[in-house]
Amino acid sequence: MANILTVDDSPSVRQMIKLVLGPAGHNVVEAGDGSEGLAKAKAQSFDLVITDLNMPVMNGMQMIKALRALPAFMGTPIVFLTTESDDAVKQEAKAAGATGWITKPFKPEQLLAVVAKLVRA
Amino acid sequence: MELDPTETFRQEASELLDSLETVLLDLGQTPQDRDLIDAAFRALHTIKGSGAMFGFDKVAAFTHDFETAFDLIRKGKIDANHDIVTVSLSARDYIRTLIEDPDSTDPIIGEAIVEELQRLIGAGPAAAKNAAPAAETAAEPAPGNPASAGWRIEIAFEPGILRNGTNPLVLLDDLRALGPCTVEADLGAVPVLEELDPETCLITWTVTLESACSQEEIEDVFMFVRDEMKLVIAPLAAGGQSGFGLDMSMPGDAAPATATAPVVEPEAAPAPAARAAAPAPAAPAPEKAELNRRAEDKGTTTVRVQAERLDELMDRVGELVIAQARLSQIAHSGTDLAIKAIAEEIERLASGLRDSTMGVRMVPMGSLFGRFRRLVHDLSRDLGKPVDFVTVGEDTEMDKTMIERLADPLVHLIRNAIDHGIENADDRARTAKSATGRIELAARYVGAQVLVTVQDDGAGLNTARIRAKAEENGLIAPGANLSEHEIHQFLFHPGFSTAKTISALSGRGVGMDVVKRTIEAMRGTIDLTTIPGHGSSVTLRLPLTLAIIDGLLIRVGEGRYIIPLSAVEECIELTAEAEARAKGRSFLNVRGDLVPFLRLRDVFDAEGQPDPHQKVIVTSIGDTRVGLVVDQIIGSHQTVIKSLSKLHSDVTMFSGATILGDGSAALILDVAQLVTLGQSRAENDRTPEAA
Repeated sequence: MANILTVDDSPSVRQMIKLVLGPAGHNVVEAGDGSEGLAKAKAQSFDLVITDLNMPVMNGMQMIKALRALPAFMGTPIVFLTTESDDAVKQEAKAAGATGWITKPFKPEQLLAVVAKLVRA
Repeated sequence: MELDPTETFRQEASELLDSLETVLLDLGQTPQDRDLIDAAFRALHTIKGSGAMFGFDKVAAFTHDFETAFDLIRKGKIDANHDIVTVSLSARDYIRTLIEDPDSTDPIIGEAIVEELQRLIGAGPAAAKNAAPAAETAAEPAPGNPASAGWRIEIAFEPGILRNGTNPLVLLDDLRALGPCTVEADLGAVPVLEELDPETCLITWTVTLESACSQEEIEDVFMFVRDEMKLVIAPLAAGGQSGFGLDMSMPGDAAPATATAPVVEPEAAPAPAARAAAPAPAAPAPEKAELNRRAEDKGTTTVRVQAERLDELMDRVGELVIAQARLSQIAHSGTDLAIKAIAEEIERLASGLRDSTMGVRMVPMGSLFGRFRRLVHDLSRDLGKPVDFVTVGEDTEMDKTMIERLADPLVHLIRNAIDHGIENADDRARTAKSATGRIELAARYVGAQVLVTVQDDGAGLNTARIRAKAEENGLIAPGANLSEHEIHQFLFHPGFSTAKTISALSGRGVGMDVVKRTIEAMRGTIDLTTIPGHGSSVTLRLPLTLAIIDGLLIRVGEGRYIIPLSAVEECIELTAEAEARAKGRSFLNVRGDLVPFLRLRDVFDAEGQPDPHQKVIVTSIGDTRVGLVVDQIIGSHQTVIKSLSKLHSDVTMFSGATILGDGSAALILDVAQLVTLGQSRAENDRTPEAA
């Protein structure tokens, strides 16, 4: 149904996301860091981006900023994953253009709830 | 290919635990380092979080206490000290067993570790204990409002909200999902069309929601935009609910706790006390530093490929290189210029592909070095010898299989260095050395080789004792005239140990010969140097890879052979004049140095007449040089190493074989063995003269 890009350097997190969202009918595309995510975003349009913040090569903040500069991603919801419940990080990510966040660890229901919130089938 | 998700978690956790170990060991040395404390906290946090996601509940539960402890350290409530580091290291080991082999774990051990931790933390300020439960309970929903007939909700977003990917319509839909809604939009602030900016949201809404839902449920709808809007939620004054009325003002300016405690955040809203204690402005800076640092750390783990696939790729590339050699040979024996051009192009591409493929297999030595820090930490504690462990050249890269095979030999060498090399504290004090010993593990490139050295600042080798032991074992005649260097070589003899007492760690004499054999099996060499009173160092010289090497193709009689180019120093002609001067003995004068040489024709019992112009290839292993006399030097050759079958495992003179361009096979000479052979013949040549 929805095309979702998940960007995380942790394969277990990517896999978790795929395992939860795949059966829910979404098409999940994986990327291992910000620059890979950006490259995939340029090649295809997405309905939602779920990204980690701490990643090698290009971190999540940088990627979010770069995505927002792309005309195709101006209105696309971007959710970041954060292990911190730190407001400063959230503010920074929001300022970079993020729509919302998911705190790690998350349960499948929580992920589905956030996706349902931002993606209209 | 779909991996078992828990398997992915295991792999990831294993990497996290490795980095946690490194971080903890570093922390033992610099307990104040904020970056390290953050890194430890993060590793524990991720293990706990992912563990909970993947059903490793025991892991999550056990890790929780340590995460809490490091959170307290992070917030400056307690100090990281040596004891905490030590107990955390045991905890790290316990977590590893919990993940890898949960059946073998004993809960009593886990409890003991946690108790020890509690005891250590308990010594800190009282606040320490209270913060954790507070953080846990904070996630509990605040007492909800009693069901009302409905709510009146006023919504005003900041104008820039659309640029964040927020869609107000979706939020209104979410409200509608809670119950029947009446939505009124106020378009008053929207300008005329010419002045309209479609990316600016100037509409405000008033929603009447007929639902018995709680206020939290409504706030949850706006969880992501709570800070960028004005939200007023008031219960509808209806049937007996009037008590709340207008007082039920909106928590718009309330504490951050309300704003950030949505459903997906079980750990949000830490106890206000804890938050206040952390100086607010200080928070973002270390966060950034950690971000960068983590990005660097993670650099080595981004692509996960099974090792077998890499081996397979390497095999394919090897076959390509062989096929390419055949093509080149055919092209060059013909006259077709176009084919020649293509052959050259393919040669260039194949060699590029070979280099990149080998590059993919390269792993920084740091991954190996990291393991030894724990070894040194534990040994130094067990033996009561404080040791500074210094590593240099972690970036030096080597073939993955080489690195794996290097682990055991290095364990032996490091154990030896601590157990035998470093003196005990009293002896060190007597010789005016610092009480803390120093062991340096270093790696660096030298040409196509990697030099790995293990150096200690201990007492150095006791040459006299080694000599006595060698005489006692009947390895040398009493009083034989040997250089110090030659005497030290006995340490590599099987079963040779000068340790006065056999400790649990070393001294059983089964180490160094195994080390030497392992290193030589990797086509490497090992060398020992020592300065009495100042320490000793062991140097391993290793090729970068085991798969493909640059070789020198030679001919001896009818057979063709490969000499690894890295061992070749120079090629010279064996002139009749030089041979006459040698007077039948196999020595060659190379610019004033006497170099023994071996006639490979003799060694291999070659038939037929030798070529009139014999060539000498001067090869070297370490400081020892030997000339190899061959019939013809054919040229350099990209050598794909194929190992010999088990049947030939006792053939020492060859280290492998390769396939040549015309499809025939060539054996690869084991230069180390030939050098030893050449040296021993030289000894025999010398001895009659001495007698």
